[in-house]
Amino acid sequence: MKDFDYAAPTTIDDAVGLLAKHNGRAKLLAGGTDLIVQLREFFREADVVVDVKKIAEVMDLRVEADGRLWIGAGVPCYRIYRDERVANSRGGLVDAARIIGGWQIQSRASIGGNLCNSSPAADSIPALIAERAVCHVAGPGGRRTVAVDEFCTAPGKNVLAAGEMLVGIEHPATAAKSASAYERFIPRNEMDIAVVGLGSWVRLDPTGKTIAEARIGLGAVAPTPLFAAEASQWLSGKPATEETFAQAGELAKKIAKPISDMRGPADYRVHLVGVLVRRTLATAVSRAAS
Amino acid sequence: MPRKHHIETTINGESTDFLCEARQSLLEVLRDTLHLTGAKEGCNNGNCGACTVLLDGQPVDSCLVLAVEVQGASIETVEGIAECGHLHAVQQCFLEDAALQCGVCTPGFIVAAKALLDRKPQPTEEDIRFDLAGNLCRCTGYDKIVRAVQNAAERLAAK
Repeated sequence: MKDFDYAAPTTIDDAVGLLAKHNGRAKLLAGGTDLIVQLREFFREADVVVDVKKIAEVMDLRVEADGRLWIGAGVPCYRIYRDERVANSRGGLVDAARIIGGWQIQSRASIGGNLCNSSPAADSIPALIAERAVCHVAGPGGRRTVAVDEFCTAPGKNVLAAGEMLVGIEHPATAAKSASAYERFIPRNEMDIAVVGLGSWVRLDPTGKTIAEARIGLGAVAPTPLFAAEASQWLSGKPATEETFAQAGELAKKIAKPISDMRGPADYRVHLVGVLVRRTLATAVSRAAS
Repeated sequence: MPRKHHIETTINGESTDFLCEARQSLLEVLRDTLHLTGAKEGCNNGNCGACTVLLDGQPVDSCLVLAVEVQGASIETVEGIAECGHLHAVQQCFLEDAALQCGVCTPGFIVAAKALLDRKPQPTEEDIRFDLAGNLCRCTGYDKIVRAVQNAAERLAAK
């Protein structure tokens, strides 16, 4: 690995200052499970690596009284799925955090890093889209927020401008009878990259039999993770039945524009979108009802 | 000359300090500076788990941790698993059940399996296969490893 310097600031201001000072030659380090590999294999270069894990806000995992959830950008996956408050309210994100790499990776890799790496197949992003999460960004111009739906712009690219960093991800307050689920299709049970990844969130009406509101996020079927707007909106007011889930799957398939690669041909991926919409909606509905 | 960082840490219960460059991985420092060669370099990119160590109790791939990141942390390597000259139940069962062939993956499996049994003393077969998915073995086909971990769990429960 090429030599670089190391800094571990304790405030966001100091971290942003370091990014400005090094003018694109500083790289942020959270869990390192992407960055260290990229530096070692010369996909990225850095003069200085800025470790954000000493910044309290970046390592904070906090649930507010109304259910709003703050996930600091450096919080590793294992802290998400070990936290009962999160497990009970954000099942989809927890499903994703449990299958990002193996245990060793989950000890280090953060959801914030998964977002910033901006892979089209990132496991956490479809779940975050479904759960209506928002990114909090800090930069030389101060703070701003961006919906997760809008964060990724191309494979490996996102809306972070020069000198900006992701501070954390915020989930909105929880609603009664709501829940989410994430599922990915891979040929084995663990340690692989999604052929298709799919996150669904539903809110049921008080009877528990009708979908009041739903959101569907797709992964690995386009250059960026996608929010399936038409399918999501169509679900409002529909009975929570297998027929409904299947029809939503057909609508979601319309926006899938996958590539063919060694993980699967494009038409197969489109087919899987329908299957996984059905399955994740069924899981989310059963979680919401219980 | 690149700047050297002075890092103070605890390794296998003993206060240990070392000098390292920012670009050096924890695995490099463990093996080349501290001569703890139990953790192995397999893939050096976080796929194989042969370099697994415990960092503040959590299993990590030491090839994906910069040595400068472990300032103040506690590290446990495979060298620290045997107690007072006696093999840990996981190590003993790997031996008795022939859960290794070439042995390169074994230190990583031992560390990860011990961490698994510390958290889940009575794991199901699925627990074992899922939690050890970050450790690759290209020799055994895994069945003997899973059986060794099951037997170690029984032995620890009987203690």
